[in-house]
Amino acid sequence: MTYVLPELLERSARAFPDRTAVEESTEGSITYAELMRLSDRVRDRLIRVGVRPGDRVGMMIRKSVDAVATLFGVMKAGAAYVPVDPTAPMERCAYIFQNCAVRAIVAEREHVRGLEREFAGAFSPVLIGVDGTGGGGPLRAALDGLDAGDRAPPAESPPADPAALAYILYTSGSTGKPKGVMLSHSNAAAFVDWCSSVFDPRPTDRFSSHAPFHFDLSILDIYVSIKHGAALVLVDESLGKDPVRLAAWIAHKRITVWYSAPSILALMAQFGKLESQDYSSLRYVLFAGEVFPIKHLRLLKSLLPGPRYFNLYGPTETNVCTWYEVPAVIPDDQTEPVSIGRPCSSCRATVVDPSGRDVARGEEGELCIAGPHVLQGYWDLPEQTKNAFLPGRDERWYRTGDIVIEQADGNYKFLGRRDRMVKKRGFRIELGEIEAALYRHPKIKEAAVVALPSDDGVTIRAYISPAGGERLSIIELKGFCSQRLPLYMVPDVFEQRDALPKTSTDKIDYQALLRA
Amino acid sequence: MNPAEITSTIRSHILQEFLPGEDPSALTDTTPLVTTGILDSIAVLRLVTFLEGQFRITIEAHEADAQHLNTVGEIARLVQSKLGTA
Repeated sequence: MTYVLPELLERSARAFPDRTAVEESTEGSITYAELMRLSDRVRDRLIRVGVRPGDRVGMMIRKSVDAVATLFGVMKAGAAYVPVDPTAPMERCAYIFQNCAVRAIVAEREHVRGLEREFAGAFSPVLIGVDGTGGGGPLRAALDGLDAGDRAPPAESPPADPAALAYILYTSGSTGKPKGVMLSHSNAAAFVDWCSSVFDPRPTDRFSSHAPFHFDLSILDIYVSIKHGAALVLVDESLGKDPVRLAAWIAHKRITVWYSAPSILALMAQFGKLESQDYSSLRYVLFAGEVFPIKHLRLLKSLLPGPRYFNLYGPTETNVCTWYEVPAVIPDDQTEPVSIGRPCSSCRATVVDPSGRDVARGEEGELCIAGPHVLQGYWDLPEQTKNAFLPGRDERWYRTGDIVIEQADGNYKFLGRRDRMVKKRGFRIELGEIEAALYRHPKIKEAAVVALPSDDGVTIRAYISPAGGERLSIIELKGFCSQRLPLYMVPDVFEQRDALPKTSTDKIDYQALLRA
Repeated sequence: MNPAEITSTIRSHILQEFLPGEDPSALTDTTPLVTTGILDSIAVLRLVTFLEGQFRITIEAHEADAQHLNTVGEIARLVQSKLGTA
């Protein structure tokens, strides 16, 4: 039985009205009944300003009770929420909102003027400014203020349409612009129900929310927690990056289900003083988004032997589609990362050769996924949407771009990518998007970006050849990039050459760059 | 160690670790580091580990942020305040 995501909140608000639904890392929190009421008010206001089923509503607001109430309010109005990273460059956020033509944006007040400046009158969604975030108070105050001048009458949620879009998550795009992955309520519901079947969530659970809301890991955190009447415990951005404070926080907050990219877990294992804390509440450690270096996973498991560990695999386009429980003991001589496992019961998987034909079992090829998790498409990119699926099949098989091999035990092993996408600290990066940003620099003639393996995962290295041969300041280059790209995409290292090596067809020769 | 030596130790470490290939004169005492992408969160952790080892000081978690570590000047002031009270 499929459903729309706000139904999960409605059911839990009826069953557990007084339980805490969301808790912030500092002080704020909200009960299920209050979250229900506050998100109803957001819905009423959005409908009052003209938001209709099928619309999009942007969110530029830090992770908070206010943000959770907003995203439920957006979906209750029948619209899809489009969350952006409030710390990303304004230009990128404005591009995303304009690209999917949001009808309205809920933004912290400090961003409102910057958005208006970027839109420059060419695009004018309704802007709802909120003075900060925390416990739902600022959102409530903003709604009160709007009601004082123009009361939003209580509205009915439109009829539930599980096939409608629930959210659009923008990821790095190879052509230099982020692309919007469109996911429906049914997509999310199939994944959430699969989580229910595997992780036996309970109302007494306390789910961490480490990933930001524009990241697909947040779907498990928010909706599995809300579905089961559990508490969603938000990790704010600065705490989320600090392994020392975060490790103490997980123990102090008695988190029972932790979910994040491996990088912060690896840092906590190394710097978090885990042996000095009580983690007896922790039942599950889930990780996804990139390969977990085995030595750090082994260290983490030895310091924290209590919980069960799962490697969840899947791109934003399918959310999690394969999964693997890490065995109790990782052999000392194991140097390879753990498997990405088998398909979720709600997904089907196949492995294909470059021509799109299924390979024989045990041969390597590209992993493709079918079933209810699979995205609806990319926003306004019909060509990329078409190419995302295997041609000539009756069913939509999403091509992950990941090269895998099925092992004898039926689990898949991840071997690498077929394109230029890399993962750095769980963030998905198209190297082409970084190159496109570099090419906008007036003094750069040529740019090529590569990812090299390093101790912490990958190092992003940019080779540039300056116009006119004059050497450019690396400080200036990093500053230039940080105004156009999220910080995790800013190259770690710059190397300047008079000219970049070329292939016989006059394309940049990446192999030669990597050899040099 | 006098203030000028502290500053110079910090500056050469940042140039070597996080800005390989940069012209040393481009990194001044007031060049923003954290807000411009020169130091990301992992780089800040590494820098703190270096400062603690090099100067035998302890930097608290709440001090390891953009407010205290955004420029060479601010880092040097933080180190000096630690050494002064030690």
